[in-house]
Amino acid sequence: MTGTAMTAAPAILPLTVREMSYAVGAARLIDDLTFTLEAGPRTIIIGPNGAGKSLLLRLCHGLLKPSSGTVRWAGGAGIDPARCQAMVFQRPVMLRRSVAANVDFALALRKIAKDRRKRRVAEVLAKTGLEDLARRPARVLSFGEQQKLALARAWALEPQVLWLDEPTASLDPAATRAVETIINAIRASGTKIVMTTHDLGQARRLGDEILFLCKGRLIERAGVADFFDHPQNLLSRAFASGDLLW
Amino acid sequence: MTDFGAAFATAFSLIATLDPGLVEIVTLSLRVSLTAVAIATLISLPLGAAVALFRFPGRGGVVILLNAFMGLPPVVVGLVVYLFLSRVGPLGVLGLLFTPAAMIAAQAILITPIIAALTRQVVEDLWEEYSEQMRSLGAGPRQALWALLWDGRFSLFTAVLAGFGRASAEVGAVMMVGGNIDHVTRVMTTTIALEVSKGDLALALGLGVILITLSVGVTGAAFVLRETARRSYAA
Amino acid sequence: MTERQKGEDQMSRWIHGACALVLAAAFGMAPAAAQEKFITVASTTSTQNSGLFDYILPIFQKKTGIQVRVVAVGTGQAIKIGENGDADVLLVHHRPSEDKFVADGFSAKRYDVMYNDFVFVGPKADPAKVMGMKDSVAALTKIAASKAPFASRADDSGTHKMELDLWKQAKIDVKAASGTWYRETGSGMGATLNTAAAMEAYTLADRGTWLSFKNRGSLVVVVEGDPKLFNPYGIMLVNPKKFPHVKADLGQTFIDWIVSKDGQQTIAGYKINGESLFTPDAK
Repeated sequence: MTGTAMTAAPAILPLTVREMSYAVGAARLIDDLTFTLEAGPRTIIIGPNGAGKSLLLRLCHGLLKPSSGTVRWAGGAGIDPARCQAMVFQRPVMLRRSVAANVDFALALRKIAKDRRKRRVAEVLAKTGLEDLARRPARVLSFGEQQKLALARAWALEPQVLWLDEPTASLDPAATRAVETIINAIRASGTKIVMTTHDLGQARRLGDEILFLCKGRLIERAGVADFFDHPQNLLSRAFASGDLLW
Repeated sequence: MTDFGAAFATAFSLIATLDPGLVEIVTLSLRVSLTAVAIATLISLPLGAAVALFRFPGRGGVVILLNAFMGLPPVVVGLVVYLFLSRVGPLGVLGLLFTPAAMIAAQAILITPIIAALTRQVVEDLWEEYSEQMRSLGAGPRQALWALLWDGRFSLFTAVLAGFGRASAEVGAVMMVGGNIDHVTRVMTTTIALEVSKGDLALALGLGVILITLSVGVTGAAFVLRETARRSYAA
Repeated sequence: MTERQKGEDQMSRWIHGACALVLAAAFGMAPAAAQEKFITVASTTSTQNSGLFDYILPIFQKKTGIQVRVVAVGTGQAIKIGENGDADVLLVHHRPSEDKFVADGFSAKRYDVMYNDFVFVGPKADPAKVMGMKDSVAALTKIAASKAPFASRADDSGTHKMELDLWKQAKIDVKAASGTWYRETGSGMGATLNTAAAMEAYTLADRGTWLSFKNRGSLVVVVEGDPKLFNPYGIMLVNPKKFPHVKADLGQTFIDWIVSKDGQQTIAGYKINGESLFTPDAK
């Protein structure tokens, strides 16, 4: 799965978000966001609890509809952007079937032919180190292995954008490292990575650029080095040094 | 109290000698109830899942009805089916009254709400767990329906067993539409009712013991099967 | 293959096997029924419970190859089944209903078959002091006067209708007493006898059911032999002109046999403890 497979379909990036808001009742959980996501840099979204990071991912991915504003993908009318994305959640959600069957399920949804599915499943399980577990029931795997499986499943879809919502928050350091390695491999094969995290060290390791959210607003956007070494905003400075507690 | 002793003695001797009358009645009982369960399951699983997953006007009412009909009185179902299948009724030309087919139909109607209502609950709970990931993968409710039914198979199996329990235990419906005809539509429950009406309480109780043992056996075997399968799939 | 994989395959094979079995059972049932020659006879629970059918029907089937399927319900329901055309032959014991059945065109002809009689049973202690009486109307008067418990079938059956008729002759309004000493069970003969035995109540029963009844408690026969207690049976073919699907020839074969010398002797041959339950009286 190299970059050439991806360029067969028209690119859906850049994603343009304009004045997007999301309100539940009277509360504005996402407040008037405007930004563009380009193909290439690994984008990490950080911010304190309740900043709206998870909401933002879901709004961009299409799981939620904004209350106002627009989310626009490139690529024109001929392509369905939903089919070119995948998402990995903090807690992996696996069906009660085998490891291989879970990946196969996702591919079958895209109406991919059976023999092609078989090959891709084998490929992707090998790349994530899960090939020995292929026939094991997915839900008896450890949390770390299930998260690797979630990544394998997403990777099999050859997405142009991979959204990750705190993928290692529930994992131990060893599993975290394994997951980060896979994320980088997926990126290397041409997928745009957009990830939220609480782990600032991870943000530094994995990110190329930072989007800093606080209370639903975009406070700062900068390259990783710039954000952590020379934050422009008071809030960013406080957060980067661990002083923001809410 | 002597009736209980006599009952167990009767039950034991009937089983030990493989009394042909008993075998005939038990075979028919199992065929009727198992077929009814099969038919009801084929209808209820997709029905319950559809009600769980799709939003449509009047959905709340359907859910309430399904739940309420779990307690349909068998004799009322039997009466309604009888009126339909009677020669003067709309389906009289089929000539199905007083046949095992009528009994199967009545029992299938009786247990469909049970299996459907339980399926709805199981699928609804599963969808709550899965919907985000499924929608992310591009599967809306329609695409997810069969996957959810398969995923919930262990809980759904219990729902099917509940249906079987209800079918094999009821007497009102099969009595009405079957007529309790000797060698044709006489099943365990109607035989018990008949023996009670003849005053042969010991035999009736003995048959009751056999019926309960059968029910426990079938349910127990199904449970063991489910557990062994489930253990390999974990939660 | 690993252990678990073998287990999965086994379970899947089991599920397929079970489904196949169920389908085979379901379809296996239909053709079997279609091949036999059979008629449906609507009769009463008391006739069924007396055991008569278990005795005479195998004899008939052996002779003619015709299976007789008896649906045994209360007289009222049996007649309704006949009026709906859900049975081919009707065998009941309530002359007024039978005559009406013919008069309304549901059958062309009523044949006499046999008669048995009713008896009054009651607790051995006999609180109403009716033991040995031959006059049933007088006995009922005494029972009402003593307010001893009396269990009635109250289910519109032939037995029930006879009972009500006797109360009428005794000029006693039992409806007014319902729930006190007069207990309406709304059930078949056997169930009512069960209730009477448990309550130590008097009740009216057909001799056939009584002779085969096993749960007597303290009940014994207290009044019998009154001609008013005779219980004649009639058999009728459901009118094929009204219901073309009725198995007229097979049904008539059954009727012809029952009223023939052979059938009548068979009926008389049915005995419990050496006693004939039914007296054949076909003309």
